[in-house]
Amino acid sequence: MLNLSRAAADGAHFVEEVEKRSGQRLTHCYQCGKCTAGCPLAFSMDLMPHQVIRLVQLGLREEALDNKAVWLCSTCATCSTRCPKNVDLAALMDALRIMARREGRTRKGASTALFNRIFLDSVRRHGRAHELGIGLQHNLRSGKPFKDSDLARGLLVRGRLKFRPSRIKGAAEVARIFAEVKRMEDGQ
Amino acid sequence: MNYTYYAGCSLHATGREFDLSARAVCGRLGIGLAEIPDWNCCGASPAHSTSHLLAVALSARNLALAEAQGAGDIVVPCAACYQRLAVARKELGEDPGLREQVARITGRDYAGRAGVRSLLEVLGGLDTEHLKAQVTRPLGGLKAACYYGCLLVRPPAVTGFDDPEDPRSMDDLVRLAGAEPVPWGYKTECCGAAHGVANEPVTLKLVRDILEVARRAGADCLVCACPLCQNNLDARQEHVNRVFGTDFGLPVLYFTQLLGWAFGLSDRDLGLDKLFVKFRPGV
Repeated sequence: MLNLSRAAADGAHFVEEVEKRSGQRLTHCYQCGKCTAGCPLAFSMDLMPHQVIRLVQLGLREEALDNKAVWLCSTCATCSTRCPKNVDLAALMDALRIMARREGRTRKGASTALFNRIFLDSVRRHGRAHELGIGLQHNLRSGKPFKDSDLARGLLVRGRLKFRPSRIKGAAEVARIFAEVKRMEDGQ
Repeated sequence: MNYTYYAGCSLHATGREFDLSARAVCGRLGIGLAEIPDWNCCGASPAHSTSHLLAVALSARNLALAEAQGAGDIVVPCAACYQRLAVARKELGEDPGLREQVARITGRDYAGRAGVRSLLEVLGGLDTEHLKAQVTRPLGGLKAACYYGCLLVRPPAVTGFDDPEDPRSMDDLVRLAGAEPVPWGYKTECCGAAHGVANEPVTLKLVRDILEVARRAGADCLVCACPLCQNNLDARQEHVNRVFGTDFGLPVLYFTQLLGWAFGLSDRDLGLDKLFVKFRPGV
């Protein structure tokens, strides 16, 4: 059940923020559902992609941000490519993930949010992503220590995983990029 | 012909054989590759899902380094890295304010002189006679399902070198190598990407569907251009069989490996020994 009266208080502000972050005009969407029809991840989602846009149009911050769908979107951009109104839904989903994370609403996408955090931490520290380290960290921190151990073994014997991260010379420069971005965004 | 080369993190690990075969095939074709010194990760999906500015800035450092190197356009084998660098290039070119802000963050300016091209686009654009002249071991009508995935062709405003719904560039190369590209409907369906790590059941369902459609189309193998796709389709194929009770045994190789095989390059030089499902054409 949607509580539309709640939208009145914060709705316009929410719509404005999503439009600013995504660069998309939400009123362009007339709910034809073509995005949902072609979405390869729709089978796994709790809300269909066109419903996510509708919730944003209605200004329902909590419903639009606190769901599985925004975290299951793989940004394949099939929707963006096919939209008859040129709404870049993949860009919109990016904006919603960014806002959900900033507001601490990652509960329904905890595994993906954790993966993103671990991946970026690897890049911040080494300048490059260390795949073995990222996989191991994700296993340990999601309580599945042996997930993909057969896969890792297979990749290791084929020389397709590195034990040690490759640290670039400009690693400190990359860490500064992270710090600068954070400083600018927190100061907004 | 010379290019600046951006390998990307996966091509030094899980996609090692894409790097090997890309270098070997380019070497044979007379394409010089000068690797960007000290390149960093493009940020991939975690960056653009976390901060737009971070995603652009991480790619912008690579673009600026490449431009300073002055060795020509950047060629990128990995579909995901290619798309991230191309998106950053487009956004920096269209928004002077963003360019200025990003230059302050990275301490390096990128003027947009060095372009970004996918390796598939570059090889697909070569003179066909030049390519044909290298084929010493044609693939004898091997049936190949060309799998482009998402990021090589989408969004078309960024990528633009091939049809986003029915791309052909890989099919044309595969045909030149003596194989027969099968018509099929899953050329650009998503493999689940990094969900393989975060939500494996989702990826396994998508991979199962792709393998199933390829098999029904009569394919002997899948040919791809992305290390994440390759890992999901090849290394996780056994997981698919276990979970769904299927018996897939479809080799999944990079288009550079298929091309290199037709050029007579050795399995070792092409990293064909690194595949989970072995590629044995003609057996």
